[in-house]
Amino acid sequence: MSSKKIALYGLLIALAFIFSYIESLIPMPFAIPGIKLGLANLVTIIALYGIGVKESLVLSMVRILLVGFTFRDPSTLLFSFAGGILSWLSMTVTMKLKLFSMVGVSIIGGITHNIGQIIVAILYVNNPSLIYYLPFLLTAGVVSGALIGLLGALTIKRIKKIL
Amino acid sequence: MKKNDLYLIGGILLLVAVSFIFIQLYKSEGSKVLVTIDGKEYKTFSLNDDTVFTISQDDGKWNTFEIKDGYVKMIGASCPDKICVKHKKIHYDNETITCLPNRVVLRIIDGEDNDIDAIAD
Repeated sequence: MSSKKIALYGLLIALAFIFSYIESLIPMPFAIPGIKLGLANLVTIIALYGIGVKESLVLSMVRILLVGFTFRDPSTLLFSFAGGILSWLSMTVTMKLKLFSMVGVSIIGGITHNIGQIIVAILYVNNPSLIYYLPFLLTAGVVSGALIGLLGALTIKRIKKIL
Repeated sequence: MKKNDLYLIGGILLLVAVSFIFIQLYKSEGSKVLVTIDGKEYKTFSLNDDTVFTISQDDGKWNTFEIKDGYVKMIGASCPDKICVKHKKIHYDNETITCLPNRVVLRIIDGEDNDIDAIAD
């Protein structure tokens, strides 16, 4: 691994880390577990398009681990990993299919992230009635996914050369 | 943005709209609230009896909820995120308030098919 790559990955992890911190400062007006902006996902999707599939998974996992032990309770790690892995997998597949632009891929990422989390939540509290949250979580996933996708597309146009 | 992106957004929102309509159509008033901890039934309360109750767990975790005028509201909890406390009061069948960190779920039930607890009470 070249030193340029090491520096770049360090930079991206730091950026994702800061995004998660900023996000932890924004109170969400929704009383449903799991709804958030997903700012850090901006780094994941930029890495996915700009660097590579494997690299974006590593970046996202390292970020989840760091954030879980700092700004959040470590007990939320399980939810973050489930959401993170499922959304990375779905985004990778949809990106390769070339059916959607970055916005569509990001929306897929957003909703599968929430689906992954709700599956773990159902197992965690042993109560299938949590599935009633799904319509809310899908809506949230579409909105935040679209925003992150638009931002990502704008960003990648400008930084493609240096990645 | 591609055309397919818009179809995707439209498709998901349509799905959401249909499920909301479905939930709205089959919405019926509940008569009881079922408290579960880690999936196990803890206690059932009637919505007709106004009360304030604290669910205490062995490891110090607690949730306090209030039943008033047929509605259930979480009014306090030991969890760090307090998402459950922010939740609006619930009243209709199958509505739930979840406290993920404490593994506590309050769910409104009809009560028709759940007579065992009523007798136990």
